[in-house]
Amino acid sequence: MTRRPGGAVALLALLLAGCGTTPDTASSTTPAGAGPSGPSGVTGEVTVLAAASLTTAFTTLAGSFEKANPGTTVRLSFGSSTTLAQQIAQGADADLYASAGTTALQQLGDAEPTATVTLARNTLEIATPAGNPAQVTSLADLARKDVDVVLCASSVPCGRAADEILAGAGVRAHVVSRELDVSSTLAKVTLDEADAAVVYHSDVVTAGDAVDGVEIPAAQNTTLTYPLLRFGDDAATTAFAAYLAGPEGARALRAAGFLVP
Amino acid sequence: MTVADVSPASEGGAAARARGAGRRRAAGRVRLSRAVLVVPAVLAVALVVLPLLGLLAGTEWRGLPGRLADPSVRPAVRLSVVTTLVTVAVCWAFGTPLAWLLSRAEGRTATWLRAVLTVPVVLPPVVGGVALLLAYGRRGLVGQPLVDAFGLRIPFTPFAVVLAQVFVSLPFYVLAVEGAMRGIDRRLLEVSATLGARPLRVLTRVALPLAAAGIASGTALAWARALGEFGATITFAGNFAGETQTTSLLVYVALQDDPQTAVALSLVMLVVAVAVLGLLRGRWLR
Repeated sequence: MTRRPGGAVALLALLLAGCGTTPDTASSTTPAGAGPSGPSGVTGEVTVLAAASLTTAFTTLAGSFEKANPGTTVRLSFGSSTTLAQQIAQGADADLYASAGTTALQQLGDAEPTATVTLARNTLEIATPAGNPAQVTSLADLARKDVDVVLCASSVPCGRAADEILAGAGVRAHVVSRELDVSSTLAKVTLDEADAAVVYHSDVVTAGDAVDGVEIPAAQNTTLTYPLLRFGDDAATTAFAAYLAGPEGARALRAAGFLVP
Repeated sequence: MTVADVSPASEGGAAARARGAGRRRAAGRVRLSRAVLVVPAVLAVALVVLPLLGLLAGTEWRGLPGRLADPSVRPAVRLSVVTTLVTVAVCWAFGTPLAWLLSRAEGRTATWLRAVLTVPVVLPPVVGGVALLLAYGRRGLVGQPLVDAFGLRIPFTPFAVVLAQVFVSLPFYVLAVEGAMRGIDRRLLEVSATLGARPLRVLTRVALPLAAAGIASGTALAWARALGEFGATITFAGNFAGETQTTSLLVYVALQDDPQTAVALSLVMLVVAVAVLGLLRGRWLR
């Protein structure tokens, strides 16, 4: 009987250890161009809550930042900007918060950022399964009964923006589902369950060959800005915020399909 | 309460005092070992009860009727009621015969079947959703032939909602009912068979009435599981008001822009769940 609790305790200890900082063994090789954070002397943990559309760019940037600054750990959490803002309002531990658009910021409640910069801009685009089997060429095609359209929920930025441009174009889209964030919206197209989705241009770029993009003309489109909010002043947080807003950040964001000022 | 009855010996001398001290030490040890059990038990209760209290405390009672009159609520509740009832009907119609056969069966096949049926019980619901997509999706194992032959698309329909609910709740039902049927005294079944009852009649006239309590609790479990189903539904059936947006999905969606409606709906679901539990307790469970 005594072995079982012992095992459980060992497991718990293992889990707790896993929650701690992860030492970077490849620390001896600091690559050139460590970014605006300068020569590495920064250590610590940065918790970043970011819009789902930033997943690819931020994952890349967190990896390169950790490599350039041994002893730093970037913890990333992605979701709809609205959900993340509510988590922060409820006291979630966040050093940085990157939102798609600015409407979600209203949900932040009493949380006051120390600093805010504009990170990137993004436009909307129609994504279709590879080869565009339903031959969608414009917003108007989304009203066709044979085209199953998936949008983000109206409560999250990508859904609100999609509603806006569809209303502006006078299109009543044949919507079959409203997903909870942009990643799950795109997934329905990637899995070939839906014929079209309205997502961000950056999502189409990062999805690569899995989807085809159908551009929406500027006159019908809208642009969202991505603000980066910083909470707190510790060295690692400031350094990673500067890294995101600096040339490395701009390069990765541009590669992921964002427009960078 | 024997431990508390120990009275200090008044005239027994040193030996009695020593005995008394020994008993007090023993009493202390009993109290300690009881505390070792009571403290975690109280914490366990708190872990379950505190969130429920939080829900009650966080509700704005005054605006409650208005919140529930929100135009998004009625279609979601209607969809939940209809789909969960269909799910329960499917459980009864298909699950009961399966439970009966399993309860009679011996051997490897039955053991394997039982193991397979347990999988959805332990599977994360979202994984279930992915599995359902790969089976019934447009490119799925069964879904693709259906689309090719009849142009029938399953995801994003109320039917998909039912499929997701059945996937997660049928195993609960079958396992509960099978357990109850196994508990039936075999001699009763054998006697009715020797009196000339055919297998179907043995089931309907003898086994089902005797397993009524198990069927009731199995139904309640399956229904509650179907009502609460979220992960498989959102992944497989999608989320569209009036079509696939069940009450559980609406609670999650509403939380993003209208938290008080989400809280009001959660409260309704809590009340309904407690009511079902209460009904069952009164009728069948002890």
